[in-house]
Amino acid sequence: MKRILFAALVLAAAVPALVTGVVAADGQPGPRVSSGPHPITLDVPAEVTNREIVDDVKRVRNYADQPPLIPHAIRDYQIDLNINKCLTCHDRRNTEGSQAPMVSVTHFQDRDGQTLGTVSPRRYFCTQCHVPQTDAKPIVGNRFRDFDAVLGAGPAKEGAK
Amino acid sequence: MAIKTAICSMIAACWRVFARPSVHYSLGFLTLGGFIAGVLFWGGFNTALEATNTEAFCISCHEMRDNPYEELKQTIHFTNRSGVRASCPDCHVPHQWTDKIARKMQASKEVWGKIFRTIDTREKFLDKRRELAGHEWDRLKANNSLECRNCHSAESMDITKQTPRAAKLHETFLFTGEKTCIDCHKGIAHRLPDMTGVEPGWTASAIK
Ligand code: HEC
Ligand code: HEC
Ligand code: HEC
Ligand code: HEC
Ligand code: HEC
Ligand code: HEC
Repeated sequence: MKRILFAALVLAAAVPALVTGVVAADGQPGPRVSSGPHPITLDVPAEVTNREIVDDVKRVRNYADQPPLIPHAIRDYQIDLNINKCLTCHDRRNTEGSQAPMVSVTHFQDRDGQTLGTVSPRRYFCTQCHVPQTDAKPIVGNRFRDFDAVLGAGPAKEGAK
Repeated sequence: MAIKTAICSMIAACWRVFARPSVHYSLGFLTLGGFIAGVLFWGGFNTALEATNTEAFCISCHEMRDNPYEELKQTIHFTNRSGVRASCPDCHVPHQWTDKIARKMQASKEVWGKIFRTIDTREKFLDKRRELAGHEWDRLKANNSLECRNCHSAESMDITKQTPRAAKLHETFLFTGEKTCIDCHKGIAHRLPDMTGVEPGWTASAIK
């Protein structure tokens, strides 16, 4: 009797494992990773890497205070306590030689709106807000319409450019 | 016993030739011999120098392996679409003879540094980095970025194929001879030290 009970218990305990095992083998819903539609147990080939857009052409901003996209390469650009590579071109005193657009005055303001003499600490890490682009297609659709489109003044625009 | 006497007489014969050579050999032969010996010696010296001129040698010291080498691995000079890899001696030891020896003399300082542990921890290395980098900048500035130009030459640069940002600065500063590679391209192979007071190549002339 004891033995039968034991066997029954073992079986009962094994059922969920068996079921998930079968399900996973089928490629049916198992545990999922948030980044993909497949169970984590499945090997999938890596996606193609996309090319960076580094043509030096400024991109349209979708709204007035959007941080503009970076139109050039920034590989290995160091931003730390020792040096901010971006500022070697974009800082006020360096723009004559580099011919880069100067960081706007908002970058000199602290959170109380005080304009400081140098770039404010909260704007030091440029890539927090400014990012380069690649030629990747958007992963999800986007129905953003810019201000002019909403007012009907400009051409309708689907998705951020 | 017979062998012994044979060897002895052979040595004696050799010595006679050696002591008063021109009796037995023509002057021409001797000049040639001297020349060959010279070549052999010079070649051996060169080979020894070559052995210390490899990346494997450089990173046999942990100071070089844990710091510059680890950092180099992240950069475009380690992996790139062209598959050309720049190794330590490509950038740090001049390829020309005279320069090479001058650099080797300086390198004895590194052996000294090894013995006295000037940069044997990451902290010590970071503290000393500005000074060491400064030496390299001075050297490359003085030789007009010779090592860079061994691979990249301004003459072969097609600036129409470069991004406008690069082309513009190369046109204004590089082709006019006003600046050299290292003025603008610091930190292309390693992380930079504290750069306070070091002006970027394109501003120095504008600010004055
Ligand atoms: C060698 C000089 C140089 C460096 C270094 C540099 N930039 Fe630029 N940047 C430029 C120039 C020149 C432009 C103008 C467009 C162009 O030529 O690419 C520009 C354009 C931009 C723009 C677009 C501005 C607009 O109005 O659309 C942004 C944003 C930007 N850079 C951010 C950065 C950030 C962030 C970094 C550091 C990671 C950086 N830049 C480093 C030279 C530089
Ligand atoms: C907190 C987010 C943030 C950070 C950090 C930041 N920016 Fe910006 N940046 C913006 C926004 C928003 C704009 C557009 C509106 C404006 O000018 O304030 C902008 C505009 C710019 C422009 C265009 C200015 C013009 O007048 O065309 C440049 C160039 C730029 N930033 C460079 C930089 C650099 C270089 C850094 C790092 C030192 C940096 N930004 C850090 C948000 C940021
Ligand atoms: C014996 C171990 C050792 C070897 C091998 C070695 N290094 Fe070093 N290197 C050091 C030490 C220690 C220092 C710091 C010297 C000091 O404190 O001034 C140093 C400093 C340097 C510097 C800074 C130069 C300067 O003038 O201050 C460069 C560049 C360098 N090494 C490159 C190389 C290269 C390239 C090689 C291979 C050809 C190499 N090292 C091989 C230990 C070594
Ligand atoms: C062994 C040859 C070699 C030497 C020496 C060398 N480089 Fe390079 N360099 C390359 C190669 C290869 C590339 C990558 C080319 C590619 O695929 O785009 C490169 C790329 C570059 C780039 C482009 C970086 C980018 O992000 O596009 C710069 C700037 C550069 N080198 C500067 C230098 C400077 C400055 C020196 C001297 C300190 C130097 N190089 C020494 C071979 C070399
Ligand atoms: C006046 C400053 C300056 C000088 C001098 C200079 N460069 Fe550049 N170079 C730049 C800038 C700015 C860029 C673009 C931004 C970047 O790659 O960081 C660039 C880009 C490059 C690139 C990548 C090209 C591309 O299309 O992006 C290479 C390779 C290069 N430089 C090599 C050299 C070599 C080799 C020398 C010396 C013979 C040299 N540069 C001298 C400023 C300079
Ligand atoms: C593409 C050229 C290049 C290559 C490859 C390279 N270096 Fe350097 N190295 C430099 C330049 C340029 C400096 C001057 C500092 C700077 O601009 O980063 C330097 C600086 C150094 C310094 C002084 C400390 C510092 O970080 O500034 C050491 C030590 C050094 N290199 C060792 C090495 C070793 C070891 C290797 C091989 C693993 C190596 N380097 C490969 C170009 C190069």
